[in-house]
Amino acid sequence: MIATLVNTIGVLLIIAIIWWFWLGPRRGAAKTVAVSEQLQIVVKDGVYEPDHIRLPSGHAATLHFLREDPSPCSEWVIFPDLEISAELALNKETTVEIPAAKPGKYPFSCQMQMYRGTLTLE
Amino acid sequence: MAREQQAAQTLFRLSGVSCAGCVNKIESAVQGVAGVQDARINLADKTLKVQGAAAPQSCIEAVRQAGYDAEVAKSSERQRREEQRAQEERHYHQLLWRSAIALGVGLPLMAWGLITDKMSVNSFADQLAWGVMGLITLAILVFCGGQFFSGAWKALRHHSATMDTLVALGTGTAWLFSMLVVLVPHLLPEAARHVYFEASAMIIGLISLGQALEVRARGRTSAAVEKLLELQDTSARVLRDGKEVDLPIEQVQAGDQLRVRPGEKIPVDGMVLEGGSLVDESMLTGEPVPVKKGEGDNLAAGTLNKNGSLLFRAEKVGADTRLAQIIEMVKNAQGSRVPIARLADKISAIFVPVVMIIAVVAALVWFNLGPDPRAAHMLVVLTSVLIIACPCALGLATPMSVMVGVGKGAEYGVLVRNGKALQQSCNLDVLVVDKTGTLTEGSPRLTDIESEGDSDELLRLLASLEQGSEHPLAEAVVTAAHEKKLDLQKPSDFEAITAHGVMGVISGKKILLGNSKLMQRENIPLGDWKARANNLAEAGRTVMYAAVDGVMQGIIAVADPIRDDAAAAIARLRKLGLRLEMLTGDNQASAEAVARHLKIDKVHAELLPEDKERIVAQLQKDGARVGMVGDGINDAPALARADVGFAIGAGTDVAIESADVTLMRSSLHGVANAVELSRATLGNIKQNLFGAFIYNTLGIPIAAGVLFPLTGMLLSPIVAGAAMALSSLTVVSNANRLRFFKPSEVH
Ligand SMILES: [Cu+2]
Repeated sequence: MIATLVNTIGVLLIIAIIWWFWLGPRRGAAKTVAVSEQLQIVVKDGVYEPDHIRLPSGHAATLHFLREDPSPCSEWVIFPDLEISAELALNKETTVEIPAAKPGKYPFSCQMQMYRGTLTLE
Repeated sequence: MAREQQAAQTLFRLSGVSCAGCVNKIESAVQGVAGVQDARINLADKTLKVQGAAAPQSCIEAVRQAGYDAEVAKSSERQRREEQRAQEERHYHQLLWRSAIALGVGLPLMAWGLITDKMSVNSFADQLAWGVMGLITLAILVFCGGQFFSGAWKALRHHSATMDTLVALGTGTAWLFSMLVVLVPHLLPEAARHVYFEASAMIIGLISLGQALEVRARGRTSAAVEKLLELQDTSARVLRDGKEVDLPIEQVQAGDQLRVRPGEKIPVDGMVLEGGSLVDESMLTGEPVPVKKGEGDNLAAGTLNKNGSLLFRAEKVGADTRLAQIIEMVKNAQGSRVPIARLADKISAIFVPVVMIIAVVAALVWFNLGPDPRAAHMLVVLTSVLIIACPCALGLATPMSVMVGVGKGAEYGVLVRNGKALQQSCNLDVLVVDKTGTLTEGSPRLTDIESEGDSDELLRLLASLEQGSEHPLAEAVVTAAHEKKLDLQKPSDFEAITAHGVMGVISGKKILLGNSKLMQRENIPLGDWKARANNLAEAGRTVMYAAVDGVMQGIIAVADPIRDDAAAAIARLRKLGLRLEMLTGDNQASAEAVARHLKIDKVHAELLPEDKERIVAQLQKDGARVGMVGDGINDAPALARADVGFAIGAGTDVAIESADVTLMRSSLHGVANAVELSRATLGNIKQNLFGAFIYNTLGIPIAAGVLFPLTGMLLSPIVAGAAMALSSLTVVSNANRLRFFKPSEVH
């Protein structure tokens, strides 16, 4: 009886993990902004907020990061495909210049890949 | 002057400002101050930017009247660093405290368990006692480990999982299970009525301790940028209205006239107007010998004025100075990734959810197939796997080393643009070197003069003749005469004969200077001069014949001298296993003479600029990894084509932006330094990756219990917590070893 219960819970957990992290619908936390607007990305508690950003492609843009998380993982933000990285000051806005680039998805993350986000140029 | 003053900008740091409402109040108050054109607040930075000629003090007064406080911001970048350091320090102490409290509860509890072996709940008294303990542990989880839980929750909502997730799940599971034991012990088999409160507390304590030590060690990895920032002066002595005033560096503008006295740092980039001095540029270029600067010479911010007073005009200030650009570039490169990290990146991206699945599967296996007490084993396995699996170490393996490596390079005048260039520099096969300016000094010099009579007199006549000529070789002759302080005269009837030479009349004597064709044309027999000229030509020199009044008087030879340190640097590069090839537009004979002297394997002479790129491409087609060394602008296509382009020389703005590696010093030693540094860094990265991979690939199965049949023991979650704390600490410390890197070159 208990055995069945525990096993069922275990299997359900595995299914839940797979669904939530890989298959599940990614709710649109994405923000679309015009180049002239200020977009602030708060770095706090292990996530970028918002973590999906949409920008029009072909224009340079500026992102404003506000790091409120003292943990060292969050010290840098890296856009590997755009060859951009920036050291984020704590409790202070750091601007990151995004050059005009081709449309596409450009993931960004902290040094340890713990904090992750996607920049979509379209 | 007045116009410049109008454009002046002052930055203030505000205190007491917290809401958007304050912004308007302050902005309008400051706008009321006489001379203020515009006032703008950045709420995130808590700064106020004032445009206009208003006195800073009256702006501050206005802010105070509005009920807040302000001060003039000093050297913002450096101050930001200091604040950053202070905050890091606070965070460090905070982590230490958390760790001390958590361990303060966890350690005695663990000792109790080990000594008395009474960690089970069998009576109502046990329930009560452990219930209290459970609440104390809960307080520890909330106060010392709260950030793991809030981070995990937030990440979960974003469909992502981080190390917080693992720590929160691990410690949370242990606590929940223990609480279940306390509340309803009768529902569980007797062997499983064991509590694990000490594990939760200990894990939180150990991981916080590891993080604290990591914060400490990380601070040291960025030492290089700190050193560069210290080169920036905070104030400058500016001439305003005929007076010398000390101004904060932010207020210096291009066009200002500045004064630096002996022993002072040069505050901004500029050009000398008056005075002469020796300037030590070693901090920027790695060049140990001070450079003589006089009127018209360029000065770079951050270099040290040694012995004279200089008046100069500011040309580039603030973020435009070369030093600022270098700092920016180093900072950017420090955060970049190396290709070798791709796999680790991919793994750590999906790692945490995979580990969660592994943990559940392992727990189920223990529950269904394992020996009794099954529930307890299941819990220990679940907790240990979750805790030990944090991929932090894996994620840190490359960035930490790149950070130290790039910074170290900057210290030796080697600016690496990104991690990729750093990685590729370590396994080059061929180094293609541009001759002029890299192997040689780049400006021809008079090397030999042989004459029938007085050689100084001949040189005087030839230099007088050449004064009017624009041929590059002429400059070498004139310079040589100047060095000997000979009095030159103006020639009359000067004539340049294309592809032959020049002729003219000086003090009534008809002078001819040119090649053998010129002498043939004028019917002057060369005699035994021809043999002597051939000897010099074979040594790679350009020889010219000189005749006075129709009679051969002597020969002079001009050559672009080989740089003093070229031979030593090439020996170093050969020792590093590189094959060297030379590219030059010069003629075959002089190129080969240089190559022989320097022991260069192959020579490509008489090239057009576009040939250089073709040769690099051909080498690559033959399967070689090619490094190209050139002086930036004319070699740009070849530099871009090569796997790694080393721009050598003054480190012009263009070169800094376009080359893979920029060498601040015009020496091939820089390339050798770069290769050595790259190998040291890559070695370090491999050690880190190996450590992290081994740790995770061995750690997870051990935590899952594969050793149980052999040892009869499961990995304690506490040991897992300690191991996790150690892993990233090990990686950061190992990366720090790179700070002791020294190139093999000895001065
Ligand atoms: Cu982490």
